Amino acid sequence: MPHRRAIEIVRLFGGFTRGSIELILRGNRAYWTWLAFLAALITSGALAYLRQVQVGLGLTAMRDQVSWGFYIGNFTFLVGVAAAAVVLVIPAYIYNWKPIREIVIYGELLAISAITMCLMFVLVDIGRPDRFWHLIPPFGHLNFPRSILAWDVMVLNLYFIVNFVVATHILYRAFHGKPYIKKLVVPMVLLSIPMAVGIHTVTAFLYNGLAARPYWNSSILAPQFLASAFCSGPAILLVALQVLRRFTRFEIQDAAIWKIAELMAYAMFLNLFLHGAEAFKEFYSNTQHVLFTRYWFFGVNGHHTLVPYAWSAVALNLTSFAIFISPRLRRNFLALNLGCLATYAGCYIEKGMGLIIPGLTPDTLGEIYEYYPTLTELRVAAGVFAVGFLVFTLMLKVAVPISLGEFMEKEPGARNEELTALLLRR
Amino acid sequence: MVTRRLFTKTAAGTAAGMILTACGPKRLYEAPRDKLKMRIAEMERKYKEEYGRDVKVSDTGPAPGVHFAYALDISRCIGCRRCVYACVAENNQSRDPQLHWIRVLSMEKEKGVDFSHATAYYSPEEVPQEGHFYIPVACQQCEDSPCTKVCPTGATWAEKDGIVVIDYDWCIGCRYCMAACPYGARHFNWTQPNVPADELNTNTHYLGNRPRPKGVVEKCTWCIQRTRQGRYPACVEVCPVGARKFGNILDPNSEIRYIIEHKRVLVLKEELNTVPRFFYFYAT
Repeated sequence: MPHRRAIEIVRLFGGFTRGSIELILRGNRAYWTWLAFLAALITSGALAYLRQVQVGLGLTAMRDQVSWGFYIGNFTFLVGVAAAAVVLVIPAYIYNWKPIREIVIYGELLAISAITMCLMFVLVDIGRPDRFWHLIPPFGHLNFPRSILAWDVMVLNLYFIVNFVVATHILYRAFHGKPYIKKLVVPMVLLSIPMAVGIHTVTAFLYNGLAARPYWNSSILAPQFLASAFCSGPAILLVALQVLRRFTRFEIQDAAIWKIAELMAYAMFLNLFLHGAEAFKEFYSNTQHVLFTRYWFFGVNGHHTLVPYAWSAVALNLTSFAIFISPRLRRNFLALNLGCLATYAGCYIEKGMGLIIPGLTPDTLGEIYEYYPTLTELRVAAGVFAVGFLVFTLMLKVAVPISLGEFMEKEPGARNEELTALLLRR
Repeated sequence: MVTRRLFTKTAAGTAAGMILTACGPKRLYEAPRDKLKMRIAEMERKYKEEYGRDVKVSDTGPAPGVHFAYALDISRCIGCRRCVYACVAENNQSRDPQLHWIRVLSMEKEKGVDFSHATAYYSPEEVPQEGHFYIPVACQQCEDSPCTKVCPTGATWAEKDGIVVIDYDWCIGCRYCMAACPYGARHFNWTQPNVPADELNTNTHYLGNRPRPKGVVEKCTWCIQRTRQGRYPACVEVCPVGARKFGNILDPNSEIRYIIEHKRVLVLKEELNTVPRFFYFYAT
């Protein structure tokens, strides 16, 4: 009887939704202060964005010479975070941690939040957000497979859906006290691993494929993207896992955390090595194409806005490598967390500003326009980040108690009997 | 288990639908003729409302047997920038903020054609300046254009007569084309473009110089509104030294054909394989 089944599904989902809302509305003072802080950032960002829509992207520092900036830099960085969060699933399987299920879920929730931010950063960057549907067939036209941006739109959304379905399914089943359906979850989790690599590779190819920009047109770009993503993604997750461990019953062994830190050291080594290889090629061969790298590290013709950022990124990345490679240091939680912070900051600078701006400066006709984000850009970006953190917070708020089995549907059926009756009458 | 089967079915159906529609041609300019006419009538009415003048929006297509090409004589160009402003007036480019489709680069004779030492912001008492020569750059109307390749919505494409055009009503303003263009030829409307009503050129083309909205990309179209009526682009007409040549490359008797066959021509950034239809040459 499909009719009855449909009602049953509605009933179960109703319970799940109600339960989730109940969890979200429950929290201590710190929780509500955090939410209020995020809400303030979101409001500020929304107001700045509203004005940007009215006046135009002229409110940003972007111009014809540097036509992409802070927004697209953040987008690129966050694609890496989204990718790396899920790749953590691999060590979760290899080292066979006890709470595998939870680890998978948290990686996926981080991926969902990161992709949300990615899509929002693209949306705030485009000149005609009212026309975003031009990308969506059958109403619009997606220039697939010619445009790598079309590829990116597809893989990012697909990745979002895969992660969303898996996470929701696991929580939904756990909420109703049932194990997740292995036949559904395992293939999708396994699919999400190559997809994680895929979204970041496609995003790298977005830049890589442009012969007009020698700084990007280097085959080292995609591997370097992945290497830096495997540093920054785990950096966020390591901190998040520690926070969870402190404030909930969630368990994770120290050994597991140290193992991730060790893996981050290797990823950071690879990242630094690839950067070094690129720097060698540029400076030793010393063609005209070195101009962009020179602009980033030393400045060109008295233009050196970005130079302090370039060297701080190098210093931060070296510091985090030193911390994570040393077993004594990475087992010290203060050093470990400082290392995570350094990794995060280093990769953020290098992948955000350090990738986009030197790629476009000097422009294709040799002009140097010094880009530096305006207040509008900073406010909008902070707003987008706040949305991402809000999504992550709320999802964790629901996911942690449910996956720990602390929160389940009480006396299943009893409360929902009324709803069923109501629906049947109709 | 109905949910799972349902889910699989829906997912497969959606995926198939998406792939099918994504591969099919669907661009606004390729809309049925009568629909396009209606759109244009509506467009003209709106322009009349905004500017108080009768604006003609043409949709003349490419003529058979015509393939345009352009040539610029570097030895003649004096860097006066008259082409830049003739282009602004003809093509309704924004006056505030200023937007120029043509960029004239001043280069040092000692260094040769080298963009890293070029500047567009020269302002001597008199041009040409001692020891300098000039390279005006606008859209090179590439045969293998990176900008049309990267556009995610197919809002820009090369017409049969070689002109690379943009549908301003379909562009989403992602600016991927600007990152892809090796010649800095594409320009974005960072704010509402502004053309005073009495300076508006009312002879316009749908894919060319009709007034543009904010938030979209625009570029040189070789004055599509003129050249498809058999006229020269405005920059060719205004050039005081006759450095600019334009014509149908398929016509064996055309001037452009003569130049390509008899002069030493070069294209910018040849190594990128964009195959520009815009040639530079030294006539003397």
